Amino acid sequence: MERVITQKHRGRCSLTLLTLFAACMNFLAAGSPAVAQDPSPEARGLEIALEARKRGEGFGNLVSQLTMVLRTAKGQESTRQMRLKTLEVANAGDKTLFVFDQPRDVSGTAFLVHSHRDKPDDLWIFLPALNRVKRISSANQSGSFMGSEFAYEDITTQEIEKFTHKYLRDEPCGDLACTVSERTPVGEDSGYSRQLVWHDKKEYRPWRVEYYDRRNELLKTLTLTDYELHLDRYWYAGEQTMVNHLTGKSTLLKSSEVQLQADLNERDFTRTGLRRAR
Amino acid sequence: MAHRPVLRRAKLAVTGIAALGITTLGITSGASGESLIDSHEFSGSVTVENRWFPKTAAIPEQKDFGVSLVAAPELYLESADGTSLTLEGFYRYDSSDSGRNHADLRKAYLLFVGQIEDQEWELRLGVDRVFWGVAESRHLVDIVNQTDLVENPSEEVKLGQPMAHLTLSGDWGAAELFALPYHRLRTFPGRHGRLRSAFVVDNDRVMYESGAEEWHFDVAARYSHSVGLFDVGLSVFDGTSREPNLQPAFPLCALDPGACVLVPLYEQIRQYGLDAQMTYEAWLLKLEAIRRMGARNALAEEEDYTAFVAGGEYTFYSVFDTDIDLGFLAEWNRDSRQMRATNIFQNDIFAAVRLAFNDFASTDLLVGILEDVDTRSRSFNAQFNRRLSDSLTLNVEATFFHNIAADDAAYSTRRDNFINIGLTYSF
Repeated sequence: MERVITQKHRGRCSLTLLTLFAACMNFLAAGSPAVAQDPSPEARGLEIALEARKRGEGFGNLVSQLTMVLRTAKGQESTRQMRLKTLEVANAGDKTLFVFDQPRDVSGTAFLVHSHRDKPDDLWIFLPALNRVKRISSANQSGSFMGSEFAYEDITTQEIEKFTHKYLRDEPCGDLACTVSERTPVGEDSGYSRQLVWHDKKEYRPWRVEYYDRRNELLKTLTLTDYELHLDRYWYAGEQTMVNHLTGKSTLLKSSEVQLQADLNERDFTRTGLRRAR
Repeated sequence: MAHRPVLRRAKLAVTGIAALGITTLGITSGASGESLIDSHEFSGSVTVENRWFPKTAAIPEQKDFGVSLVAAPELYLESADGTSLTLEGFYRYDSSDSGRNHADLRKAYLLFVGQIEDQEWELRLGVDRVFWGVAESRHLVDIVNQTDLVENPSEEVKLGQPMAHLTLSGDWGAAELFALPYHRLRTFPGRHGRLRSAFVVDNDRVMYESGAEEWHFDVAARYSHSVGLFDVGLSVFDGTSREPNLQPAFPLCALDPGACVLVPLYEQIRQYGLDAQMTYEAWLLKLEAIRRMGARNALAEEEDYTAFVAGGEYTFYSVFDTDIDLGFLAEWNRDSRQMRATNIFQNDIFAAVRLAFNDFASTDLLVGILEDVDTRSRSFNAQFNRRLSDSLTLNVEATFFHNIAADDAAYSTRRDNFINIGLTYSF
């Protein structure tokens, strides 16, 4: 899912990494009219992505209730409910567990994702009817997640290392000042040629993502709203709406009962843990 | 064979587990002074099925049409410390075949989880279902649970198995130990049922190689690990075979062939199993292999054997600019006993196409063929699933047999083409 957690801005510029130092300089520079030597758009794009990730770091783990409302162009609706559990893994890809509650026929079905920064993700599914844990291909990045307008690659953690980044411009988004960056998938599994991301300059929260298909046509737009602050540090989008411009279909993804630093650990995210997920 | 009293004893044992479960949950939470049970969930499904056999039966008393009603309720209780109790029942009533009427306790287990340093342990006590393996055409290494054959000739549906199941896991993988104190009898179609052997199997005449009969203490172990592209499992089972050797009842069949029945004989066996899958891009490459000792072959002679199923699947995602995924599956089944094998998989190729529509209704279709390389016998199978509403699903399954040879293990089912239409309400 679009990196929905982003850390609230605190006393800044204690960062040591060169890139982040540059980001800090940039941050300071943004307030003053005399802008010193600009970094390249690529460096700036990466800085924004790294800063957004950094602000999301340290949440430990997360539990939330997700409701998906799928809508057709004609207005027909269908609802899915699932529970999401995410484990943050320091300096590596996150681990994510989805357990379905609705529709009832797939109740108890669960997905386990081990995201990686340097190679394709590992993905397992638990099928309760057979009590079977099945390793499945993660090459299906562009496939629909549960018939929704979210693709697998939209719903799992998107590691920064799987894109090249480029800052494009500043642009207001609502009442906020935003940056617009372009990210281009490195791997071939993605269904997108590129994505445009709007981050606000203050908290580095994503507000809008445009997805361009392999023919470079605008395929989908994601809008993130109802941000809530958790543990006085982390922003979490309460609603995300994905609109498919080709089909007119849309999906509303609502998060509720969000709990950070819950009682979860590594063992809930193993194949054995998947077997008892419910 | 004192079959029925044994069943009652098993039921008592299960009731005991359930009572113990609720007591354990109660004690656990009683100590902390909080409410008895932290969370509970009641769920399940009810299914109505019509199964129709278009061809007249090979045996006159077999029926052409049956209606079934299936109920599968489930209750889950969890205490504040994470200990849980799962109860899952199953009942089928079938209008045409009394052999399919049956109730089963699929699950009734207490689950405890804990941690020792970096290692995790998990203990399941009671009745549970366990699945091992990776292949689609056949579940070769899967041996812990007995097959509930009357549910589906695919042998995919299993009966609940009483067990103590301990799992230890860590960065090095997962090791599982199973203590299996009681043997379940495979279910078989009755006299009026289709998809059966020429003579019915009489479970009341069951014979065991072990003097302990169904109370022989079986053990099993499995080690599994996932490393990079590979998921691998190594397993061993020692105890009463889940697959019976079927023999004509003596002297009944000699004296009165019209009343002949088959007697299931359960041998003491040892089985070593390997299951492995490589997941690379859109490829899944799979292998299951077993070495089984102590079982009798189709000639009722003891013969150790090796069998494997090897193959894979490849999926084209989002084909033709749609959300549809198109998958191709192929597997080769082999058994070293060849025509002396006790099943149809002595040398059989399975090929199938799977369509997943990825739509609102989660529509999917699987069409497959299983061809015997030696006898050229073929069976076609198609499965279609579609959600009709948030709680209603439709599933249609059709199987057709073609050119079944007289020496093929499936010969008695040659006229048993069927179409099964099921409507399931889930809650």
